[in-house]
Amino acid sequence: MHDAGKIIGGLIIFLALITSPIWYNMASGKADYTPELKYVTTEKQCVMPTEYMRARHMDLLNEWRNAVVRDGIRVHTSHEGRKFNISLTNTCMDCHSNKTDFCDQCHNYSAVGQPNCWDCHIVPGEVQ
Amino acid sequence: MEIDRRKFLTIAGITAATTIGKKVIGDTTDVEQIAGLPQKSPLVGHRWAMVIDTRKCREKSGCTKCIDACHSAHNVPQFDNPKDEVKWIWKEHYKEAFPNQEHEHVKEGLLEMPAIVMCNHCDNPPCVRVCPTQSTWKRDDGIVMMDMHRCIGCRYCIAACPYGSRSFNWRDPRPFIKNLNKEYPTRTRGVVEKCNFCAERLAKGLHPACVDACEEKALVFGDLEDPESEVRALLRENYAIRRKPALGTNPEVYYIV
Repeated sequence: MHDAGKIIGGLIIFLALITSPIWYNMASGKADYTPELKYVTTEKQCVMPTEYMRARHMDLLNEWRNAVVRDGIRVHTSHEGRKFNISLTNTCMDCHSNKTDFCDQCHNYSAVGQPNCWDCHIVPGEVQ
Repeated sequence: MEIDRRKFLTIAGITAATTIGKKVIGDTTDVEQIAGLPQKSPLVGHRWAMVIDTRKCREKSGCTKCIDACHSAHNVPQFDNPKDEVKWIWKEHYKEAFPNQEHEHVKEGLLEMPAIVMCNHCDNPPCVRVCPTQSTWKRDDGIVMMDMHRCIGCRYCIAACPYGSRSFNWRDPRPFIKNLNKEYPTRTRGVVEKCNFCAERLAKGLHPACVDACEEKALVFGDLEDPESEVRALLRENYAIRRKPALGTNPEVYYIV
């Protein structure tokens, strides 16, 4: 090992550089928060239990999409036995009309990109 | 509580009346409970079709009510450049809409007359055969439906459709929609779209938007497999033609000329 100092030094610099985002986020406290969702509805209960919605809403949305478009089924019966019109624009966004303070909160936090739902489906208040 | 004969007969009578009443009128409780859905039950058909009475349609020249109603209901964009055009229902000259069905001595002026055309919801749809993702398919009730979520924009269907019923979104359509209907989605750049026989309105128990918008009642919508339907009555009483019948697509939009 002729250049041990250089190699080890270089490795340390290299490691510091590639882990720098982690240090940066820790230092600035940007990663250390819990997304806060705002509920702007008087409804007490979603179309499925909250735990399920939190973890699996994307599956429900896919099921709903296939049900309406492919099978023509437009009525969803919730776990409480209530019936809902299957519609992202007209049912989901009726209660969760605040996309920025609701959907985007977690999607930005967990960096799950930008779902392309909104390329076609209309967000209330975003377009006039 | 004692039940005497009079009370028993009253209760029995009311129960019987409600049961029969429910059967006759139809149980509406199911429909009423659904949040966000109107209280009409959906229209169900076995072979949806449309009959267009071109004689009535010609009564008012320059009328675009059906086109406007459809395009505003479905957020169809209006582009200035005809190359970008997106259309669900439009006017075509008779000679272009019905090629090979004219002759030298055809009724004067008829060939230049506009006819209302749209997707024919063919019984043997060529667009469905060529779609590689099954993004377009024929429903059990005959509607040739589009699933925008699956469309990859390959435009095979556009090439296959002999009626030009399909439009491609070359550009983002949203800035070109004049009056946005917030209850219906728009499309995105890179998908094909066309008339869907107002599947979303049928689900609410309504007739297609163009049919409801026509004051002359030139457009009639109904179930071809129901012998009592209005479309069947019209076809029984009038001679009707279809667009390009020789191609074997079995179009389900009929024209009384």
